[in-house]
Amino acid sequence: MMTKELLSKQDIDRILSRISHEIIEKNKGPEKLCLVGIQRGGVYLAHRIAARIESIERVTVPVGSLDISLYRDDLTLRKKRPIVRKTDIPFDISDRSIVLVDDVLFTGRSIRAALDALMDFGRPAQIQLAVLIDRGHRELPIRSDYVGKNIPTARNERIDVLLEEESAEEKVVLVSEE
Amino acid sequence: MDKRIIIKNGRIIDPAQGIDGAGDIIIEGGRIEEVLVKFPEAANKRQAALKPNIRDVRVIDAQGMIVMPGLVDMHTHLREPGFEYKETIRTGTMAGIKGGFTSLCPMPNTNPANDNPTVAAFVIKKAMAEGCSSVFPIGAITKGQQGQELAEMGLMQEIGCVAYSDDGRPVMNGLVMRRALEYSKAFGFPIIAHCEDLSLSDDGVMNEGPLSTYLGLRGVPAAAEEVMISRDIMLAKLTGGKLHVAHVSTRGAVELVRRAKNEGISVTAETCPHYFSITEKAVMGFDTSAKVNPPLRTDDDVYAIKNGLGDGTIDVIATDHAPHHADEKSLEFDRAPSGISGLETALALSLTLVEQGVLSISDLIRKMTINPSNILGLDRGTLKVGAVADVAILDAGSEFIVEPEKFLSKGRNTPFRGWKLKGVPRVVISKGRIFDIAGWKQ
Amino acid sequence: MPKDLVSIKDLSLEETESIIDTALSFKDVLKRDIKKVPALRGKTVVNLFFEPSTRTKTSFELAEKRLSLDVINFSVSSSSVVKGESLLDTVRTIESYGVDYIVIRHSSSGVPHFIAGRTRASVVNAGDGINEHPTQAFLDAVTIKEKKGGIQGLEVAIVGDILHSRVARSNVDCLIKLGANVRLVGPPTLMPLHPPAGVRVFYDMNEGIRGADVIMMLRIQLERQGKCFFPSTKEFFRYWGLNAERLQLAEKDALVMHPGPMNRGIEIASDVADSPQSVILEQVTNGIAVRMAVIYMLHG
Repeated sequence: MMTKELLSKQDIDRILSRISHEIIEKNKGPEKLCLVGIQRGGVYLAHRIAARIESIERVTVPVGSLDISLYRDDLTLRKKRPIVRKTDIPFDISDRSIVLVDDVLFTGRSIRAALDALMDFGRPAQIQLAVLIDRGHRELPIRSDYVGKNIPTARNERIDVLLEEESAEEKVVLVSEE
Repeated sequence: MDKRIIIKNGRIIDPAQGIDGAGDIIIEGGRIEEVLVKFPEAANKRQAALKPNIRDVRVIDAQGMIVMPGLVDMHTHLREPGFEYKETIRTGTMAGIKGGFTSLCPMPNTNPANDNPTVAAFVIKKAMAEGCSSVFPIGAITKGQQGQELAEMGLMQEIGCVAYSDDGRPVMNGLVMRRALEYSKAFGFPIIAHCEDLSLSDDGVMNEGPLSTYLGLRGVPAAAEEVMISRDIMLAKLTGGKLHVAHVSTRGAVELVRRAKNEGISVTAETCPHYFSITEKAVMGFDTSAKVNPPLRTDDDVYAIKNGLGDGTIDVIATDHAPHHADEKSLEFDRAPSGISGLETALALSLTLVEQGVLSISDLIRKMTINPSNILGLDRGTLKVGAVADVAILDAGSEFIVEPEKFLSKGRNTPFRGWKLKGVPRVVISKGRIFDIAGWKQ
Repeated sequence: MPKDLVSIKDLSLEETESIIDTALSFKDVLKRDIKKVPALRGKTVVNLFFEPSTRTKTSFELAEKRLSLDVINFSVSSSSVVKGESLLDTVRTIESYGVDYIVIRHSSSGVPHFIAGRTRASVVNAGDGINEHPTQAFLDAVTIKEKKGGIQGLEVAIVGDILHSRVARSNVDCLIKLGANVRLVGPPTLMPLHPPAGVRVFYDMNEGIRGADVIMMLRIQLERQGKCFFPSTKEFFRYWGLNAERLQLAEKDALVMHPGPMNRGIEIASDVADSPQSVILEQVTNGIAVRMAVIYMLHG
């Protein structure tokens, strides 16, 4: 097994700053925005982005967390049930612009599940997607509005996003089977 | 009550404290104030005790007499409410005092039965108002003594019941008896078992044996009692409840209790004077005064009962005082009710055991005072300092003839009519109140 | 997770904790406007209730529907069982309908064990005789964890008819597994002569609930009165009923719980049942979340 560091902590920081600015720019200001992070990595990233937006624009953007386990399309096919984590969206999403945040965009199935989940909460005006890494291999017609970095990968490789909220060292690594 | 009482020169026997010696007792305010067992210290203290400036002082010279705790009868029938024509609480306690008993525990087979807090409160109130001695009611185990549903034993205990029994009847259903023993654990009271398998005793009226065959009377086999004792002992073992076996009458019964005690099962037992004084032969001539339940048994059983008393298997001598109206006992043997009016002969009959060497006087007194008191969790049966002043002063050598017509009990039914016995209480003090027996006064 | 939930005794500590944690997550779903997730869409469950039950059955049914399962209710009175069909034949017939889950309640202990080994469907024990009621124990644990933050080291008193209560038994198993100190309180006639290991037995209720963090009252089944377990409801309430005065003996913010339905004035005083310390209604809500978690976690 080979591990290669792709992004350092500093790289991640800069990417998040850029994405925060892009979100503000594309939405012409943070007023109607809200962020929803997908458990678990996306939630940390969403909070960081919200903090940056707040420091740039002096506006608080609400942040929610979404667990998509119950909407996965492979739920009953897996041997072990995924752990259901907290879904907490403490604001009305109807008529708002939501930016969904995830760490890695791969097949697109997680995002599909997240969209279904969000629809059960209300009727947003629009949903955009921000991801730290896009590793390709889409199986559904899903694309991200904001991408931190595009990293082409082989199918049998893995991208691990290690964030300091949970890991000792913050970095993004590529793991390949040898 | 007399405020201050001094009993001097008596032989004080208090098995609870292991005392047996000459001495004085001072009673003040209804309680034992001092027990002075040795002269000449006693002489000095006595001087001091005769405080001249206190008016109500009664001095009793107990020279030549035994000074012992008032007796505790844990099995008696006072018949009130419902059967006042046989006995009342007043007459029953009076008979008890005459017999040396300062505490009586009446069984619940009254009418209505003492199976609920209301009747229990009635009995206690009547006893306070009209009784001469202390009365500690025994409540029923089951409602109406029907053997089906448990009585409210917890609430009755709060009123003042000290134990529970369906006496007169057994609890035939094993599950009900089991539940009773289990339930008792929450409150700590004993369950007193009248052990009789009704299906075996059937319509028997005397002990089953050659004599019953000879007399042509239906018999009650010893097995009827022993089967039930056996069952109840096993239930006591299973549940951990406290079992007390009432009126043990057979050899087999004694052996069962003995074995159970050796195994460490929580069981105590009592017998009654008639079971060690007479046998089934007393029934001859169809004398209904000898009709009792359990029935009088054989010489061998009497022998075994005495052994059981001697080796501690039987803890208590109780009277099972069962007064009946003369008319009721004047019926044909089959129809006459069972029972002996025993309060006024119990002590004297029991003293014969001392004469026969079965028990020491101290052990005998123990079985009629502190043992029953302990089983029921009472604070009686002892002369320790601070105890309630329940005292009996006994002239152990004094002879008398048993004359039922002179009984204070309404019940004159006794097979001991005409017997010459020894042992007469002269003075009995109950809660500090002095009773001079038969007008005897110093 | 195993195929079936038949007994708490079969579960490890990790499995037990994960059911509780998952249930807490499922509570979120119950707070939403649209109380449904597509998680088990297309799966089928049969609620096979041989004993009458409105509360537990409704709770299971709601949990199943929230997970988008197709639900069949098999009620005994109108069924072929009355016509003499054996239990096993009934189960086989149901299996042939193609069900993935069987939720079963039966008056005989051991029935879920019996059928779990004989069917491919996942079996959930909704109460077997006087043996177990695992989901009740889980929802009680969830309630306690939610209010007290944890279960380890808590003093929990279970009061009432312990002898016949599958709720008590499952709670004892679950709470001991989670590290609580369990006390069983009740009249000796309703206490097993040989209680499970690790519990303290009290016949004196005042001593039994002194210093308790949680008091779990059990329902007195009045049908039992004829068999001499206690003389009257009046006496029962006096010595083992939870009234406001007795409640003072427990810890200041002790939880008052009851699996329902309550007999007001017999095991629990009305004012206590409605007091701020009572979490009885939360137990009901948590019941649905717990049953969702259990069905979610078993393999259909």
